Amino acid sequence: MATEILETMGIKTVEKRYAPSWRRQWGNALGWLAIMAAFLILAGAFFSIIGEVVVKAFPVLRPALFAKITNGIGGGLKNAIEGSLVLSLGSLLVAAPIGMAAGIYLSEHGAGRWGSALRFLSDVLVGVPSIVLGYFGYIAMVIYLGWQFSVAAGVITLAVMLLPYIARSTELAMANIPNAVREAGYGLGAGEGHLVFKVLLPGAAPAIMTGIFYAVALSMGETAPLLYTAGWSNYMWNGHMTQEPIGYLTYVIWSFINEPFAESHMLAFAAAFLITFGVLMLILLGRWMLVRSQRKLGAYR
Amino acid sequence: MKFPIFRSSLVAMASLLPLSLLALITFLTIYSWPAIQYNQFHFLWTNDWDLGNLYGDPVMEHGFQVMPHARYGIWFLIVGTVASSFIAMVLALPLAIGAAVLLAEGMRKSRAAPLSLFVDLLASIPSVVYGLWGYAVLVPLLGQHVYPAMAHALSFVPFFGGAPGSGYGLLTASLVLTIMIVPLISATLRESINMTDPALKEAGRSLGLSRLEVFWHVVLPKLRTVVIGVSILALGRALGETMAVLMVSGNALNYLPNNIYTPISSMAAFIASQLDSALQDPTNMAVQALSEIALVLLLIAVAVNVIARLILWMARVR
Repeated sequence: MATEILETMGIKTVEKRYAPSWRRQWGNALGWLAIMAAFLILAGAFFSIIGEVVVKAFPVLRPALFAKITNGIGGGLKNAIEGSLVLSLGSLLVAAPIGMAAGIYLSEHGAGRWGSALRFLSDVLVGVPSIVLGYFGYIAMVIYLGWQFSVAAGVITLAVMLLPYIARSTELAMANIPNAVREAGYGLGAGEGHLVFKVLLPGAAPAIMTGIFYAVALSMGETAPLLYTAGWSNYMWNGHMTQEPIGYLTYVIWSFINEPFAESHMLAFAAAFLITFGVLMLILLGRWMLVRSQRKLGAYR
Repeated sequence: MKFPIFRSSLVAMASLLPLSLLALITFLTIYSWPAIQYNQFHFLWTNDWDLGNLYGDPVMEHGFQVMPHARYGIWFLIVGTVASSFIAMVLALPLAIGAAVLLAEGMRKSRAAPLSLFVDLLASIPSVVYGLWGYAVLVPLLGQHVYPAMAHALSFVPFFGGAPGSGYGLLTASLVLTIMIVPLISATLRESINMTDPALKEAGRSLGLSRLEVFWHVVLPKLRTVVIGVSILALGRALGETMAVLMVSGNALNYLPNNIYTPISSMAAFIASQLDSALQDPTNMAVQALSEIALVLLLIAVAVNVIARLILWMARVR
């Protein structure tokens, strides 16, 4: 507009486009190049890890893997698969009620000083190295309580590790429910227990489940806390909670790769394949559940 | 008033969480007390881990029964742990910032979502699988091709020259740790970039800055505390990492790294690998000394985490 008016008045205008200096253009280009490079390095590492595990594990993925037990240098992985499932599900059974109670407390009564303290301590507990947890389990349960390498010791050690994760995801899920829902519940005369179990937990269930899936994935992938609590066994679990060690997949990865036999190495890669894909599937499934339920319910939005 | 059953059971259950942390510290301290008294403070800065003559008869030293010539000093472990984690943090920071910028600023939200999921998945790969990858891919590649070339080309830089080693060592451990902690830093940073006040970014854009310049001159300075806090948090994670370091570090005993290719050992990896031999000690002092290492590692990790959380708290990141 302005240019046209000026031109009708007989004044010439020169259209001047803004152009950044060469230095800035080069800086930008180099910056984006570095950023792309950073991302490509990460992507390369991811695909290298997954690719290595898939390629090396592929030749051994036969039914025998799931039907035979390990025998020291080879065999199958039946006992280790069973052990991994027992340990993760067991630790979940211990950690879920406690962690969810802590999460409910944090979201419903966590505004004060005690809530902040609990939140802070649970953040610190996340930072405790897993091998330290394992050594604690060894001292407290394996030696002091005399349980020996056992399912119970492994399960409780893993459960301590999972507590803060479950507490955190429960707290976030509950906090997302608007206060009007709580007020409606109390207005209809519900007690606090009633409100939590009948109204808040069902509403927050998908998000809590996502957190629990994440916790199971985490416990399946752990090795260090189990080395000195669950021990290792070449046999199937016989149902005893104490005095009997149990096998698990991550141990196979670590110990069989150090054996000098090709068969052991293949078994290690097969175990890595099962663990990695189990973990990734659990996490993707949790995400998918969360997205789907939010779409379906509108999730109080 | 009715006794609040629900509320009190909630509190009782929730208090198990801090109690487990307390039990952790108490048990480790009580169990390692004899070792703490026997080793005193030079435990931390002497470079001498020796279980002694395990076939001899136990002797009394300073009022404690130990194996002959047994000495416990973990300076090499502290150096190995701190060096590998610190190098990992330094390498991870630019990678994480790059990935976060690309995902938060460099592309449309609909395209960024699946790609950021993939960075998050990187964080969930079990550490023993990272270790396996390091063992099977990185160690042969680096040890046979990259390190010899690096040592040759960079021989004038301190710590980069010298014997390139076998591939197991400080730098390999740091590289594996780097890939493990990048997703942690990147996820928090991406959230923070997305949370930054859009008005600030728009103001920068309207002054003619490019997206990248806005990030560099406006967003990043604003996120300085977040970057520092989350880096320290990642450092804490790297300090305590066990399996991956155990599988690629070379498990050195009693010597300090003289260049970045030297085998090292970290406190966490040492605890995991040494319990079997410590159990051979009939006086039990070796197992208690390992417990003392666990206690030291725990205290370092707790201190680092507390500092990081306080910094993040100040930056209001949860």
